[in-house]
Amino acid sequence: MPSTDTPLVRLRDVHLAFGATPVLKGIDLTVGKGQAVSIIGPSGSGKSTILRCLTGLLKPQRGELTVAGTAVHQLHGEAAHRPLRQRVGFVFQQYNLFPHLSVLDNLTVAPRKVLGLPAREAREQALALLAKVRMQHKAAAFPGELSGGQQQRVAIARALAMRPELILFDEVTSALDPEMVGEVLNVIGELTEEGMTCVLVTHEMRFAEGISDQVYFTEHGVIVEHGSAEQLFNHPGEARTQAFLQHALGQPGRRRIPDTYVLRNLSPYHLSV
Amino acid sequence: MANDTLAALVEWAPALLVGLGQNVLISLTAIAAGSAAGLFIGALNFSPLRPLARLWVQVFRNAPWLVLIYFTTYVFPFEVHLFGRYLAFPDWLKVTLGLALPASANVAEILRGAVGSIPATQWEAARSMAFSRAQVFTQVILPQCFTRMLPPWMNLYAIITMGTALASLVGVHDVIDTAQIASNTVNRIPFTVLIYFSLLALFFAWCFPISRLTQRLERRYAFH
Repeated sequence: MPSTDTPLVRLRDVHLAFGATPVLKGIDLTVGKGQAVSIIGPSGSGKSTILRCLTGLLKPQRGELTVAGTAVHQLHGEAAHRPLRQRVGFVFQQYNLFPHLSVLDNLTVAPRKVLGLPAREAREQALALLAKVRMQHKAAAFPGELSGGQQQRVAIARALAMRPELILFDEVTSALDPEMVGEVLNVIGELTEEGMTCVLVTHEMRFAEGISDQVYFTEHGVIVEHGSAEQLFNHPGEARTQAFLQHALGQPGRRRIPDTYVLRNLSPYHLSV
Repeated sequence: MANDTLAALVEWAPALLVGLGQNVLISLTAIAAGSAAGLFIGALNFSPLRPLARLWVQVFRNAPWLVLIYFTTYVFPFEVHLFGRYLAFPDWLKVTLGLALPASANVAEILRGAVGSIPATQWEAARSMAFSRAQVFTQVILPQCFTRMLPPWMNLYAIITMGTALASLVGVHDVIDTAQIASNTVNRIPFTVLIYFSLLALFFAWCFPISRLTQRLERRYAFH
């Protein structure tokens, strides 16, 4: 059993390749209980792959992964991963709600079928969680009727409905229109304040800086550098980290406006002149 | 002259409708049996018995329907000895079986295609929520399959309907057979022309609404 001082997540020298293409080349990563840890880095650097390894959606060829007291690298077969997945929530970039189920049923189906909660209790819990993400007025709606930001908030509530010890967020705002990013980040921010252990893969640098206890910078399948948010964003030690942050945040030393924001706010008129 | 022809058609109309009833019965029984068998065989695609399912589908999708109907009609006995009793195995039932075999292969493919059309992200989400493999199917994948399967399944029913016309070739008293008897009995060319036009009209009236409904459903589900 994990004691309080053992980290909730520990990766040691994790290697994964898709065929002949190496994606993770020796990842070491630690997440303490109650921590919010962000993984940042350019696209294709293996960030999302790390999250998928944590619950066995992908299997590394080499390395040790301990998640919530479970040695994930020693699990074999789909059924062996189920107890772990009950305790680790996953929120996806494309929300991945079940389109044939109402918002309420999206939140109750797994607690009922997997955890064995009575229907009434699952429903009450679901309504409370929908209120928490400010979506209780859409309990009867279907996912197709909701905006991206609303769907993503429901997806977060769905992950919470399993009462997880840890939630993994995989670029959860990347598919959203800019005006919806805030409502989703607010919900995640509240969760981390309540002490939920979170691992986030994100391109929202300001947000990562604001909420993270630890930040990891990955590039080409390796952890280039990690440290506290203050340390990594303001005093990056590696040239590659500096270059990435400079690109993602604008000029170093000046107060940052992520150029993703600038690009997103360009209207068609800007492009035509 | 024209009146005589129309009068003959009116006279034969009840017999034609009885014949059509035979076609309807064959088509409904064939789609019911074919669907039940096809769903079972389609489900085998997701079990270790997958090669068996593939073999069934390949054999019965690649055989001409008429050959299958001749096969079931002349290979199977006209009665079966079961529990000490002789049960009749009438020709119409053999034709039904001959149509149900390719129908089952097609339904199995429709199911396989529908399961394959569900995005991989739905599997990932369901697995992440600790569903077992069986629960992923029953809770997430299959409920999304039924709406996707409905249009091709109805399309298949319309094709089977047209396939029932083959029943006349092995001596089943269906609407085609009745039309031939009427044509020979009345023995007038205008009547023969009229009765085959009537056949066309009957099959059109039966299949066209199905085809329109299928198109409407396809358009509706295209947005999901």
